Amino acid sequence: MLIAVPADDKSIESKVCVSFGRAPYFLIYDTDSESGDYVVNSATASQGGAGIKAAQTVVDSKAAVLLTPRCGENAAEVISTAGIKMFKTSPDSIWDNIKAYKEGRLSPLEDIHPGFHGQGGR
Amino acid sequence: MRIAVLSGKGGTGKTLVSVNLAAVAAAAYIDCDVEEPNGYLFFKPTEVAAEEVAVKIPVVDQGLCDGCRKCVDFCRFNALAYTDPKLMVFEAVCHPCGGCMLVCPLGAVTEKDKPIGMVERGVSDGVRVMTGIMNPGEASGIPIIRRLLADVPAGLTFIDCPPGSACIVMESVRDSDYCLLVAEPTIFGAHNLALVHELVQLFGKPHGAVLNKCLPGDNPSEKYCQDNGIEVLARIDYDQELGRLNSEARVAVRESAGYRAMFTSLLEAVREEVRHETAIDPQR
Repeated sequence: MLIAVPADDKSIESKVCVSFGRAPYFLIYDTDSESGDYVVNSATASQGGAGIKAAQTVVDSKAAVLLTPRCGENAAEVISTAGIKMFKTSPDSIWDNIKAYKEGRLSPLEDIHPGFHGQGGR
Repeated sequence: MRIAVLSGKGGTGKTLVSVNLAAVAAAAYIDCDVEEPNGYLFFKPTEVAAEEVAVKIPVVDQGLCDGCRKCVDFCRFNALAYTDPKLMVFEAVCHPCGGCMLVCPLGAVTEKDKPIGMVERGVSDGVRVMTGIMNPGEASGIPIIRRLLADVPAGLTFIDCPPGSACIVMESVRDSDYCLLVAEPTIFGAHNLALVHELVQLFGKPHGAVLNKCLPGDNPSEKYCQDNGIEVLARIDYDQELGRLNSEARVAVRESAGYRAMFTSLLEAVREEVRHETAIDPQR
């Protein structure tokens, strides 16, 4: 199974990126092989609709689960239409969050925000 | 002749100036401040005809779409997403360009009208009053402004612009013959005057200033005009009576001979400036 996580750096020890739509990378982690690939998020430079484009990247990665601190409503619509489950991360490292997910310690992400729409959010 | 009235911030007196100039000249008045139009509150136009303004947004025939995603890749505003087997459209993000329809090889994307606001046209004591009104929650009023300015009556027209210097203001001043910059006597006012001054220079528009709410003492906006060679066509003193008439949504020139004289002289100054500019540049 594949897990997607927004990442600030190409390191599993780095923190989960606080932004979903404008995260520089997504770690696509394979629980079977216990290895991951970093996909560049081409939405970072978008004028608008970054969340939608970032969600498209996650959908295309074939991930079944998305671990993220937050998510805007447009992105969430794409993610949930694709049947991807979302869980809320803690401010720990990506690796700590993947472990927490595997041990069933992360709760489903339910507080979907209305989006920043060009207003920033970092 | 189209005179655009603009300012770098709200509340400087754009509507005061454009409403009273249009009233004293029995000209046309166009309210392009579509997010919060207020000129009609003063004119109270009658014989109002309303016209809906709509934009074209994409509709998907999911049965025809094979998921090639040419439209998703094309859309620079990211208004489309594909999750097998469904193409999703985010209407609020769409900047109706029609590109997705053009790039779809299967004709799966067509368009439909989405209403975004209204244009109202009426009359008020010899003044033709045109108002653009954007529906709450819409992202851009530009299509409404385009509709307003697509059939401007011949003769003298005053365009009451939105505040600021963003796209919506550029659209409002683009086809004007002359720009009137309204400014307040504060440092903040002068800063905002500088913003619209830069804008009218970019568009190569002849322009002059109206200094509103003038008080004794320094006027940073007047200094900005002096330093930058901007002709000051009128100084309107800070005046409680004018403020009261305005707050009661009354047209000052219709209430008192004194205000009629003041705006008549501003009107003459504007006409003189425009004649002068036209003589310098007959292309205009």
